Amino acid sequence: MSLKINTNLKNQLTANFIPRKTALSTAVAIALFAGSSHAATMPELQSEINTLQSQMNALADKMETQTRVGSESSAHSQVASKTHIGGYGELHYNNIEGKTPEVDFHRFVLFFGHDFNEKIRFFSEFELEHSIAGDGQNGEVELEQAYIEMDLTKQLKTRVGMTLVPVGILNETHEPNTFYGTERNPVEKEIIPATWWSAGASLNGITNSGLSYDLVVSEGLNTPDGFNIRKGRQKSSKAIASDLAYTGRLKYTGIPGLELAATARHESNISQSQLTDAGAATLLETHIIYSKENFTAKALYAQWDIEGNAAKSNNADKQYGYYLEPSYKISENWGVFARYNEWNTTTIDANKNTQTDFGVNYWPHKQVVFKADYQLKKVGSTEQNGINLGVGYSF
Amino acid sequence: MNNLALFLVSAKQISSKPIRALLLVGLISFSAQIHAAALSEESAAFLASHLQENPNKQYQWLTGEVKKQVTLVLDHPYYTLRVPYWQSGRDDNRKTVWILEEIGKHKPITVGIVIQNQQIKSLRILKFRESRGWEVELPTFTQQFDGIALKSPVDLNNIDLTTHIDGISGATLSVRAVTKLSKLALLLQQHIDTKQGSAKQLTPAPVKTHSLTNH
Repeated sequence: MSLKINTNLKNQLTANFIPRKTALSTAVAIALFAGSSHAATMPELQSEINTLQSQMNALADKMETQTRVGSESSAHSQVASKTHIGGYGELHYNNIEGKTPEVDFHRFVLFFGHDFNEKIRFFSEFELEHSIAGDGQNGEVELEQAYIEMDLTKQLKTRVGMTLVPVGILNETHEPNTFYGTERNPVEKEIIPATWWSAGASLNGITNSGLSYDLVVSEGLNTPDGFNIRKGRQKSSKAIASDLAYTGRLKYTGIPGLELAATARHESNISQSQLTDAGAATLLETHIIYSKENFTAKALYAQWDIEGNAAKSNNADKQYGYYLEPSYKISENWGVFARYNEWNTTTIDANKNTQTDFGVNYWPHKQVVFKADYQLKKVGSTEQNGINLGVGYSF
Repeated sequence: MNNLALFLVSAKQISSKPIRALLLVGLISFSAQIHAAALSEESAAFLASHLQENPNKQYQWLTGEVKKQVTLVLDHPYYTLRVPYWQSGRDDNRKTVWILEEIGKHKPITVGIVIQNQQIKSLRILKFRESRGWEVELPTFTQQFDGIALKSPVDLNNIDLTTHIDGISGATLSVRAVTKLSKLALLLQQHIDTKQGSAKQLTPAPVKTHSLTNH
């Protein structure tokens, strides 16, 4: 009986992190201790078993406590570092008619975060686009997020620093394994314009009903012409802060599978008062995501109303875009999608752009994805059809 | 560890039974103090709300075949050598409470799970530490697990639940972590039921089974 118990104990200790030498000495020690029960009766043997179980638990307690960092969390003890590292990346191959086929390591991103304590933390996103940055190179090195987050209450926090604008579907969540299509959708890129970040301060609240809200005061756009939104992103790089921007978002995720959100952003002056004929601008965006079992549908609409003669005289005072995207997961690893995009950065119907995508995602692991899709794109009167292939990851 | 082994060797060498017994009592009470200190306020309240009889803390050791199965469910080994659980009641009324943890993105989510007759009676997020994915704390999400069981027969390479769990956009990693823990609790329950001789044939609900959707 004692021999059997001791063999089991040794196996358990050896199988669980205890160095072999230590496990052996512990087992020997317990064997010696248990050896006193040669002529034991059954109650004494039971008592011996209970004692050994207690000792075993005491050993495990001590081991678990030695690696613990004050939390009850056993998982926390295994990731005791307060500094977190993550990242994502995506390599693309594009073969579009009228263009030279190219392969591009589009994005290589590293996340760094640090918990100062349970209520104050730092988060950052550091990105290299198109592999090589520098004079005459294609790429850019960008700091896209760097902020301090503090919990004010259990349901309210504040962020101060450089943050992603709370708008759209992709702007805040854009790891390649989380969306369909090799390239990000053109509506959020051209209209919103993702990826869009700015320096400022925000309040971010949640409620028990599943409704959350974000209020942000931040640097505004500085367009070179008073209407080219995407070129107006200052990216917090010696950004002119004469005319601030104000953003509010309401999001409802109280029903599993459903997300409903709406964002409004007001720019005081989209040239930072550098142009006399530029004025204020307002972005309105709304979207819905609905998933039921393996089917998901996404729909997004966004529009800009831009004041000032510069925008009006260039027929760019109203800009809009929308897309619809149904998708279906065939299995844990495979999913197919289609997406129709339409957008116009002018008020002239002939300048309307459309793009229809359909393709497949393959996830060999939940955080690794291979993508293939075909695009039917019409920019004004020019067709840009072709194939896109990609591989991406996040961790 | 070495100090503890030496302590045990020394205990053997002490010929006086009373002193040896005293050392053992000290060791056991030290262990009990750690148990008491380790339980958070949320976990203690969850335990008290589901098990009325002041149950003893017990452990399922994660060794051998159990360890392999746990690794399959989580995609990695569990964080400790053993998992605590508490039980009260008898036969069909016996309830087991598991308090388990899994990392969502960077930080552990602590989940309390009550199982009766190999079905989840209740699942609650006891501590959520991530910056995103807070929606898993909402009752509308956790109530999806009520009455759920492991799909039978259990395929160890693809352990699945009898009912699909709807995900939350933007909270995929948290949803995945909680779903994994629900499977882990049900799997461990099978082991302790087998050990206690009360294992039953699984009776899956008549719901078409699907895997978790990635968003």
